[in-house]
Amino acid sequence: MNLHEYQAKDLLRQYGIPIPLGKVARTPEEAEKTAASLGGEKFVVKAQIHAGGRGKAGGVVLVDRREKVREVSERILGKRLKTPQTGPAGQPVDLVLIQVQTDIQREFYVAVVLDRSAEKPSLIFSEAGGMEIEEAAKKNPSAIWKKTFSPFFGLSPSEAKEFLKQGKLNPKEIESLASILSAMSQVFLEKDASLVEINPLVQTPAGDFLAVDAKIRLDDNGLERHPELVSLNDPRQEDPRETEAKKFGLSYVGLEGSIGCMVNGAGLAMATMDLIKLAGGEPANFLDVGGGASKEKVAAAFKLILQDPKVQAILVNIFGGIMRCDVIAEGILAAVQETQLKVPLVVRLEGTQSEEGKAILKRSKLNIFSVSGLDEAARKAVSCVHPG
Amino acid sequence: MKRPEKRCPVSILVDRNTKVLVQGITGTHGSFHAKQMLEYGTQVVAGVTPGKKGQKVEGIPVFDTVSEAVRQTGADASVSYVPAKFAADAIREAVAAGIRLVICITEGIPALEMARIKEEIRSKPVRLIGPNCPGVTTPDECKIGIMPGSIHKRGPVGVVSRSGTLTYEAVWQMTSLGVGQSTCIGIGGDAIVGTTFVDALELFQKDPETEAILLIGEIGGAAEEEAAAVIENKIKKPVIGFVAGRTAPPGKRMGHAGAIIGGSSERAEDKIARLRKAGVRVADSPAQIGETVKQVLRGKV
Repeated sequence: MNLHEYQAKDLLRQYGIPIPLGKVARTPEEAEKTAASLGGEKFVVKAQIHAGGRGKAGGVVLVDRREKVREVSERILGKRLKTPQTGPAGQPVDLVLIQVQTDIQREFYVAVVLDRSAEKPSLIFSEAGGMEIEEAAKKNPSAIWKKTFSPFFGLSPSEAKEFLKQGKLNPKEIESLASILSAMSQVFLEKDASLVEINPLVQTPAGDFLAVDAKIRLDDNGLERHPELVSLNDPRQEDPRETEAKKFGLSYVGLEGSIGCMVNGAGLAMATMDLIKLAGGEPANFLDVGGGASKEKVAAAFKLILQDPKVQAILVNIFGGIMRCDVIAEGILAAVQETQLKVPLVVRLEGTQSEEGKAILKRSKLNIFSVSGLDEAARKAVSCVHPG
Repeated sequence: MKRPEKRCPVSILVDRNTKVLVQGITGTHGSFHAKQMLEYGTQVVAGVTPGKKGQKVEGIPVFDTVSEAVRQTGADASVSYVPAKFAADAIREAVAAGIRLVICITEGIPALEMARIKEEIRSKPVRLIGPNCPGVTTPDECKIGIMPGSIHKRGPVGVVSRSGTLTYEAVWQMTSLGVGQSTCIGIGGDAIVGTTFVDALELFQKDPETEAILLIGEIGGAAEEEAAAVIENKIKKPVIGFVAGRTAPPGKRMGHAGAIIGGSSERAEDKIARLRKAGVRVADSPAQIGETVKQVLRGKV
């Protein structure tokens, strides 16, 4: 689960990390009032969406007169913002963060992530903040410092100080930065985060440090332990189909192609998408119905797939293990009738009770192409979309 | 990471003498799969569900704690179906009770909790498989987990995979072509897992019955790249591979917690290229996995 920038900063502040003065607003009027209450003339108006790359896309605007806050907010709010990190439709902007501008002396990059190879949480720090960290890492890998730390205790301030001594920072800077780094490691551990990022972490001409932008992503598997964080979820930032899928225990990701897929298991679902592409088609979605799909799940899956107007054919690929193919076949029939399916349906059932499943489909006299092999399944589905 | 050697005369990890304990045996999944395992011929000797001591599931005695079950039955392997909320502690309980092989089927353990568990068990004589995995099967001897028993056939190919149903697909393709398996290990799709590709490759290299290894990967993480490095240096047996997710869009989560494309090194294309560089025969199509294994085996004979 992703947090909005303002929510992330709120968490960081609770751990003693300094952030710039600011407040969110839902309307241009509220934005204007917020700016007045914050005081001063120079603000930055920031669109709150669950994606990066906002600056270049026009979602982060500097204003040098207070009265401009309303005008800029009006331009951003209620629209969809498209950045290189969003889909082609962009993300809805329901909130803007009105923040007092920060004078910048230097910019740092700091993040905490899980290092999968080391199997430990890891701190990433760079003196080249502000720009894209991937770019910096590519151009000059030595500018990126990394340190794994204990998943039990986090990074202590003294460990952080040792770590920061590899650069040319002065003792006062090291002292301030170390407490921020240590606090970030605590946020990461205590909230079951998968990412805690401050970019840029700004040093002002006065020598203070401020988290000017922040991202936090939480591990969905850890959310049960943090009921207070669940309410921070903003479903408007998610694909409504993905949200709908979750309700039924399905995993769905919408894509750009024309062949709808329904598969059991994430690996097999990805392999099925690969297969469609190899056969010359394009998958319309990833859809994993999970290991123990019921009739209801299958019906919900069909409805999800059919909500996508691009879908011109459906390919069902089920390898029955725990899941019995005859149960799946019954579910498919019920779903076909309930949804009054108009597009061609190709079904491949293999594994437990697959012969019974195929027989059920055949008896139904419905227009279902029942196929055996993986290749045949993909070829048939593609031929439905590109005849000849 | 060096692990203590296990005495495994016939196959790696499990064989017909393995005594299995089922954690969460009174739940829907636990009881269903306990029955399936028994039917396959696995020695399921005990079940554990706190507060259910004295009950029987499919004739299997149920205990309150793992240590009590071990004392009473001599169980040396455990498989856990307990709900995600209790799954991490179930692993810890099994390790503390001296179980040598702990298999966690449960999905949904927080990644940081797994990082902690890995640190806790690093110096202990235990092998953890999973979480979020289908388990381990040595055909005709022992099946632990949720793999469908009927798809297997005993033979010379060791299978290791991050996926569930895609493994069944690959195993079924092999069996249909008359190619059998020595042991099939589903290591799980999470960001941090007990047994990695590298661990499994080393086990198969040492196993005299295994003549070739099938490795099934997917997008996300660097497990395939790490496997490639070990294959280059330590694995003398032929390795066949498949990596799922070539059509997955960047930045999209694909169901598994681990299957997230972050940077270039997590992409399927890069993983395939790296594995090929290490000499792995990577099948282009998931429909060709069995056939590719067969060709490699024939070429070897």
